[in-house]
Amino acid sequence: MATTQQRRHDTVRMILGWIVGLIMAFPVFWMGLAAFKTEQDAAAIPPKLFFSPTLENFVEMNERVNYLHHALNSILVSGTSTALAILLAAPAAYVMAFYPTKRTRSLMLWMLSVRFMPAVGALIPVYLILVYLGLIDTLSALILITCLANLPLIVWMLFSYFKEVPAEILEAARMDGARALTQLRYLLIPLTAPGISSTALLGMILAWNETFWCINITATKSGTLALAIASFANSEGQFWAKLSAASIASVAPILIFGWITQRQLVRGLTFGAVK
Amino acid sequence: MASTTTPITVPARARSRRVMKTWPLLLPSVAVLALWAFVPLVLTLWYSFQNYNLQMPPAVFGGLINYEYLLTDPDLPGVVFNTLIMVFVPLIVTVVLGTAFAVIYDGPFPGQPIARILVITPFFVMPTVAALVWKNLFFHPVWGLFSWLQQSLGMQPIDWFSSHPMTAIIIIISWAWTPFATLILLTAMQSLDREQIEAARMDGAKSIARFYYVVLPHLYRPIAVLVMLETVFFLSTYAEIYVTTMGGPGSATTNIPFYIYSRALMGFDVGLASAAGVFAIIIANIVAFFFVRIMSEQI
Amino acid sequence: MSTLELRNIHKSYGAVNIIKDVSLSVHDREFVVLVGPSGCGKSTLLRMIAGLEEITGGELTIDGEVMNDVSADARGLAMVFQSYALYPHMSVAENMGFALKLAKVPEAERNQKILQAAKILQLEHLLERKPKQLSGGQRQRVAIGRAIVRQPKIFLFDEPLSNLDAALRVQMRIELAELHRRLNATMIYVTHDQVEAMTMADRIVVLRDGVIEQVGTPLELYNNPANTFVAGFIGSPKMNLIEARVTEVEGGSAKLFINGGSTLTVAALRGLNAGDTVTVGLRPETIGPSDAGTVTGVVDVVEHLGSETLCYINLGSGPLLTAKLDSAAPVAVGDTMKLGVLKGKPILFAQSGEALRDR
Repeated sequence: MATTQQRRHDTVRMILGWIVGLIMAFPVFWMGLAAFKTEQDAAAIPPKLFFSPTLENFVEMNERVNYLHHALNSILVSGTSTALAILLAAPAAYVMAFYPTKRTRSLMLWMLSVRFMPAVGALIPVYLILVYLGLIDTLSALILITCLANLPLIVWMLFSYFKEVPAEILEAARMDGARALTQLRYLLIPLTAPGISSTALLGMILAWNETFWCINITATKSGTLALAIASFANSEGQFWAKLSAASIASVAPILIFGWITQRQLVRGLTFGAVK
Repeated sequence: MASTTTPITVPARARSRRVMKTWPLLLPSVAVLALWAFVPLVLTLWYSFQNYNLQMPPAVFGGLINYEYLLTDPDLPGVVFNTLIMVFVPLIVTVVLGTAFAVIYDGPFPGQPIARILVITPFFVMPTVAALVWKNLFFHPVWGLFSWLQQSLGMQPIDWFSSHPMTAIIIIISWAWTPFATLILLTAMQSLDREQIEAARMDGAKSIARFYYVVLPHLYRPIAVLVMLETVFFLSTYAEIYVTTMGGPGSATTNIPFYIYSRALMGFDVGLASAAGVFAIIIANIVAFFFVRIMSEQI
Repeated sequence: MSTLELRNIHKSYGAVNIIKDVSLSVHDREFVVLVGPSGCGKSTLLRMIAGLEEITGGELTIDGEVMNDVSADARGLAMVFQSYALYPHMSVAENMGFALKLAKVPEAERNQKILQAAKILQLEHLLERKPKQLSGGQRQRVAIGRAIVRQPKIFLFDEPLSNLDAALRVQMRIELAELHRRLNATMIYVTHDQVEAMTMADRIVVLRDGVIEQVGTPLELYNNPANTFVAGFIGSPKMNLIEARVTEVEGGSAKLFINGGSTLTVAALRGLNAGDTVTVGLRPETIGPSDAGTVTGVVDVVEHLGSETLCYINLGSGPLLTAKLDSAAPVAVGDTMKLGVLKGKPILFAQSGEALRDR
């Protein structure tokens, strides 16, 4: 049913779609390019599109930025805080989804509202408490705080995925002789596995990009890549090629995760308010 | 097998076993979140009434002195103004661009999935990296692309972060968050019942009219949600400032979070920063209240 | 032997009473249908039997054993859900074999039983498919197959045909009736469709607002409804229920006056007096044009079904009277028609709704 007007629309759409996409992604692309340039090439005016690539930045960045150490911290913090959050959230989400009561709704809403607490409002007490406990610049403190910050979101996402399992399927399983743990093993987990993975990926993305707490309660020992880039920039802002290399190396894994989970993102980030 | 025994009535059962068993499952996350929600809040409030400088402990009860100081701080109006600008301008830009992009991506075209991925890329870039890319790539007076463009056009290159720091930061924020708006609005658009649009076509509406009268009203709610979410996030803009201007020049790009940070961790005045923190909490709660109101219809 | 007994069953959610004092005996190998309008509690009753809802009061016995406190997974019953509730990530064969797997039945035996059930339901070629690759009718058969494989004491059906299109429904009705004959098992079936009840049941239980209105075989309910509700519920098209006043009682007959001018003479029942207000129940298939007819009205709507013709007649006041005529009968909208009772007899109901019986 493609009328000429529609076909024109489609062509316009294609042109605009590609232009917009390329423009939005250009900075990242350009930075990726810079990562493979020598410092001279990177600073060249007019900007160079063609150059002979080199890997020296990636090699050196570990020296200057201590990339591996911070990358490891990033991985530990994202992975552990997300795993912890899922462990805490899953039972709660399970109960709220399958045994709802009048209070379930208010509980969920309260949890969401905690997410909106501004981090600055908690900065001072948290900082002082951590100093008092000697937990400044420790991975455990960062993991715990990141976990707490993302917990409402993770409860929400698991809750919404659990709710998608029709209660009747679990009832059918009961009639077939399955008790709670059996239901969990044969039905609930296989059916919600994709949802749980998306939740985990989203949690890791958010934890990886978490900057505020990182800057304020960690330093060189347990800083993540977010901190590394920030401090690198302030001290060695002139070395753009190396900075690009470090940046790309810090951002690449998350870009991949993000591309995979883009569909589930909206559900998670808007707390289901948009369908 | 007709039974002739007298009926045995079993007394009505008390509340089902299940309700009692579910308690312990909820407890960990609820308890932990409750601590996280209340303890810092209460402490910030408490500190706001204390005269407490980290370099000169201990804390001494100061009454409303911090609030007085805060409200008479000559920087404060500027900080509040900056905060508002940093919230509203990106909000408008992202919503407008987000809607436009959503319209573009709401239909198939060759390579659409890839183009889509390109469009949402900025969102996943760490705020520090995002700010740095723009700082060095575009805004840098020596090797930034913008200065190169200006020189080619015969103009003098400008040092963005000295002369137009706010604009620069707003550009960074908008670039990073437009994908978020686009994704949300695109999802909302795709949930619009196609039959409504077809009915509008039958009624004689052209594409712009269709958009204005059918699509846009459908988007009011998602836009409201988007506005609220972005408001909360933009109110706490921090990393971008830290990495580019550190709130300067002067306090030209200091917003409330950065103000708190600088007073507390750079100026060591915990009391004052806490008072400002209370401020920030109140504002965020107001926004959260409205958001939760909209949300409660969904759950 | 699989019998079921409900004694004074009562169910309430807080202050709301869903089921009020229901008692019923289901005999071995019987096909019992629970029928009634939405909200009457029939599904709740079935779910209480299954163990998916708590029984607030009363006693449920299966084969003589009290089952109130036995968990749903241990009652030995199988249920076919309205939405089929198939496990989406398992194949048809795995769906059907799940219960056996949980019961640790050895694989060879399991497969044999699955194959048997599949043969009965013509599912053999679908065993490896996933539910989303099946049509509605096929999914329903898998749901039934899942129940058959377990060889339960009693089969429970919760409106299994509601989600099928009309033609498929008719076909499945026949298949279910055959299945009952073949398996010779006790079945309890819930539906809101009285046609399903009439065609499949050994006995029908009519429910309204949590109370049993009447229990009986289909023909018992058809010929001797206990009250106006059952009379109006069973039979399609619906029985005409017309308000009338007894004008005189003489000899063995009573003359009734119907608003709008029509009259009707019926056999008198003891206790019937002139001046009484009654409701006359006339099934559409029992009335028709008759020169001696005393019920007169104007034909408002005519529906030609091919096999028969339905006429809706305006008697001057009150609801339209429905009459089922032979398809060859000459009727046109606007005709004045004189109707009489051509076969069977009208049923009289008191003002309370109870059927009046000759004692």
